[in-house]
Amino acid sequence: MDYIFSITTFILKGVIVTLKLYAVTAVFALPIGILVAIGKVSGPKILKKILGLYTWVLRGTPLLLQLFFVYFGLPFVPVIGIKLDVFPAACLTFSLNYGAYLAEIFRAGIESIDKGQYEASKALGLTYFQTMRRIILPQTVKVVLPPTCSEAINLVKDSALIATIGMGDLLRNAKQVVTRDMNISAFVVAFILYLMMSSVIVKVFEKLEKKYSIYE
Amino acid sequence: MGIVKATNISKSFGTLEVLKNVSLEVDKGEIVAIIGPSGSGKSTLLRCLNQLEKIDAGVIEIEGVVIAAPDDPQRKAGISPKEVRVACRKMGMVFQNFNLFPHKTALGNVIEAPIIVNKMNKDSAARIGMEQLAKVGLLDKKDAYPSQISGGQKQRVAIARALAMNPDIMLFDEPTSALDPELVGEVLSVIKNLAKERMTMLVVTHEMGFAREVSDRVVFMDEGRILEDARPEKIFENPSHPRIKTFLEKML
Repeated sequence: MDYIFSITTFILKGVIVTLKLYAVTAVFALPIGILVAIGKVSGPKILKKILGLYTWVLRGTPLLLQLFFVYFGLPFVPVIGIKLDVFPAACLTFSLNYGAYLAEIFRAGIESIDKGQYEASKALGLTYFQTMRRIILPQTVKVVLPPTCSEAINLVKDSALIATIGMGDLLRNAKQVVTRDMNISAFVVAFILYLMMSSVIVKVFEKLEKKYSIYE
Repeated sequence: MGIVKATNISKSFGTLEVLKNVSLEVDKGEIVAIIGPSGSGKSTLLRCLNQLEKIDAGVIEIEGVVIAAPDDPQRKAGISPKEVRVACRKMGMVFQNFNLFPHKTALGNVIEAPIIVNKMNKDSAARIGMEQLAKVGLLDKKDAYPSQISGGQKQRVAIARALAMNPDIMLFDEPTSALDPELVGEVLSVIKNLAKERMTMLVVTHEMGFAREVSDRVVFMDEGRILEDARPEKIFENPSHPRIKTFLEKML
C-alpha cells in the first residue's frame, strides 16, 4: 500500500504536466477553432483558401509528426529557425492541431443552422455580426457539444504523446516507475488516472448538454 | 404616393427568370393579397421588397426612399446603405416556416430585435414584448420555447416579433401554408385584427376566402408577371384573364 502511495505521488506530478498542457491547449484551440470556422464560413475567398490549407495540413498529418517537427525540426527551418522549449513546443503544436479539428466541427455546426434564421434576423434589422453573435453561434454550441466532447477526450489521451519529446507527463512518469521497479502497478495507476480525467470531461459535457436541452 | 413602390423589377435565379418587369404600388393602409400558382414569383416579389433577394433590374422605393435601383446608375449612386437599413426596418416580415429563434423563449424572440437593433433597454423591450404577445393572445406562453408550442402559436409569436419593431408595412409570405388546417384560423384572425387597424400589408396566400374577405386589392401573379391587379370582387367574380379563372376554379 505504501508502495502504491509513493508511486502515485510521483505519477501525480506527471498529471500536473498533462493538465497544464490540457488547459493551455483548451484556452487556445477553442478561439482558434471559432475564428477559423467563422473565417471559413463568411470570410473572403483568399482567407477561405488559406484556412482550408491550415485544416488540411493539420488534420491530414500525424500529431506526433507535427510535434517532432515543431520541437526538433523548427530550429533547422531557414529564416524562422527558432528553438522552442519542450513545453511551449507542445502547447503550440496541440493548440494548432486541436484548433484545426475544432474549426471543422464548428464550421459544420454553423452550416447546419437553417438559413431561415439568417433571413428572419435580417428582416428584423440585425447586422450579419449581430446575427452570428446572438442567433447563429448560440445555436451552434448545442449542435457541436457531442463532437467537441469527443475531441476533449481525445486530447486527454493525445497528451501522452509529449512523453516522446521528453516531458515528464503522466505516461512518462508511470513508465519510468515501471522500468525502475520492474512492477506494472504504475501502469494500473496510470490507467485509473486517465480514466478519471476523461470521466470528469464526460460529466462536464453531460451537464452542458443537459443545460442546452431545454430547447430543440 | 405609394408607401411601397416597385417599378419594372426583374429577378433571375441563374437562367430562371422569376420576376419579369413587375410593377406594384401599395398605398398606406392598403391591404394587398398576392395570389397565384406555385413558382409564379409571389414570394420572390415579397422577398425583393425587403432586400432578402437583390433585384437585377428596376427600382424599389419604400416611403419615398429608393432602396434598390441596380440598373439606374444615377439613382443607384444616391442609395446609402444606412438609409436602406432604416427603410427595411419599416417592413416586418412573417415567413411560411416561422423562423423563430429556437434557443429563445417566445418573449425572448419578440424582444431580441428591439434590444439589439433599437438598443432599447431590457425593461422597456419586455413591456413592448408582453404587449405584442398579449395582442396575439399568447401572453401565457411568454416563457415557452418554440419547440413547446403549436405551429399556429409559433406563427403568432412570429407576428408579434415583427410587430415589436413597430413596422409601417407587414409582409406575410404564405403565413398559413405550413400549418395544420385546424390551426389556420387562429393565425388568420390575428392578421384580420391587424387589417382592422389599417396596417399596410402585403400577403402572399393560398387562402382564397381570406384574400377575398380582407384585402383591398388582389394581385394575381403567373410566370413572373402580374396578370391582374384589381379589387377582390373583380378578380374572384369576373377575372380578366382565363388563366385566373382556371386557377380559381381549382382552388375553390
